[in-house]
Amino acid sequence: MATSKARRILLDPVFNNNPITLQVLGICSALAVTSKMETTLVMAVAVIFVTALANLSVSLIRNAIPSSIRIIVQMTIIASLVILVDQVLRAYLFEVSKQLSVFVGLIITNCIVMGRAEGFAMKNGPWDSFLDGIGNGLGYSFILIVVGVIRELSGSGKLFGVEILKLSTEQGWYVSNGLMLLPPSAFFIIGLTIWAIRTWKPEQIEES
Amino acid sequence: MLETYLSLFVKSVFLENLALAFFLGMCTFLAVSKNMETALGLGFAVMVIQGITVPANNVIYQYLLKPGALAWVDASYQSIDLSFLGLISYIGVIAAMVQILELALDRFVPRLYQALGIFLPLITVNCAILAGSLFMVERDYNLAESTVFGFGSGLGWALAIVAMAGVRGKLKYSNVPPGLRGLGITFIIAGLMALAFMSFAGIQL
Repeated sequence: MATSKARRILLDPVFNNNPITLQVLGICSALAVTSKMETTLVMAVAVIFVTALANLSVSLIRNAIPSSIRIIVQMTIIASLVILVDQVLRAYLFEVSKQLSVFVGLIITNCIVMGRAEGFAMKNGPWDSFLDGIGNGLGYSFILIVVGVIRELSGSGKLFGVEILKLSTEQGWYVSNGLMLLPPSAFFIIGLTIWAIRTWKPEQIEES
Repeated sequence: MLETYLSLFVKSVFLENLALAFFLGMCTFLAVSKNMETALGLGFAVMVIQGITVPANNVIYQYLLKPGALAWVDASYQSIDLSFLGLISYIGVIAAMVQILELALDRFVPRLYQALGIFLPLITVNCAILAGSLFMVERDYNLAESTVFGFGSGLGWALAIVAMAGVRGKLKYSNVPPGLRGLGITFIIAGLMALAFMSFAGIQL
């Protein structure tokens, strides 16, 4: 029982209650980083780390936080975690951190982190909150990685910078799709992903 | 001199539109663009807050956080680098500014306060605001430039959300495939709008 509940908390956010496609959370900072797989993955890991630990710490002290100042307390916890991530990235992955530029800092205002801390961790125990954090981080990463793979593969014929489709500019056969490297393509891919998920799971369709 | 500010302004409104070129403030952008009136209110609030917080954070960065910034207190503080405290101070300033603006509006312009209502506190967690400050630091703007940039990017964001609300208003009368209804089609529209905004990129300033 305990394990199936844990599994539900962990896996539900990936398809059934995905933070991006259903809860409309956390689209803010991340889409600009998906034109390359490398930055996409780093961003995904950073967000999973921050959501999981923020949920855990908020949940641990949830009974000690006066509700009038809870937003500020949550903000402080999240900001400290993000500073930690930022410093680690600068120390060990300087190139990627340069490309991500302000978007690492923007994890603070990523609504997923705030939303889960406020909506789940304030009401549930530490272990469940931790799993919920990881789950929502995974759901977010899932969309990010889908978008990242499509954009890098069709935009520059590469994955992780390794050539998969030989470009026509280098005597290959593949004519790259320049649109995919531009920011608007991320909107289209997410829109279509939502369409695909909702065709698969019709109960998610919104009544207009 | 004036020319640089003008071009910075145009650049921050159109070319580097926070919502459509950098995907910032998307949560509120998608959630609050359902009708025109609320979109206008939120857009205006973002513009005001952005115009205040970016210069305020610029002052904090220049005189407190930048490597060697504390030299004006005492020459021996020259070596102090507090830039790692950046994120937490900017978000603090933003939260505080939103609170102050809320109090001030309630006291002096109650009509505007009622019109903005719940949107003011929401702005604290709007990524566009924090991003404005972070871009300001990254691009090393001075005080005047950051004021222009703050207002410009706020205006750009407001423009985008108002346009979006207009399009979504018309959308009520169209037949959208079931799976795309709501969020899906909104994403596609945002993508098309972003493409349209990209045509400004040809402008040389």
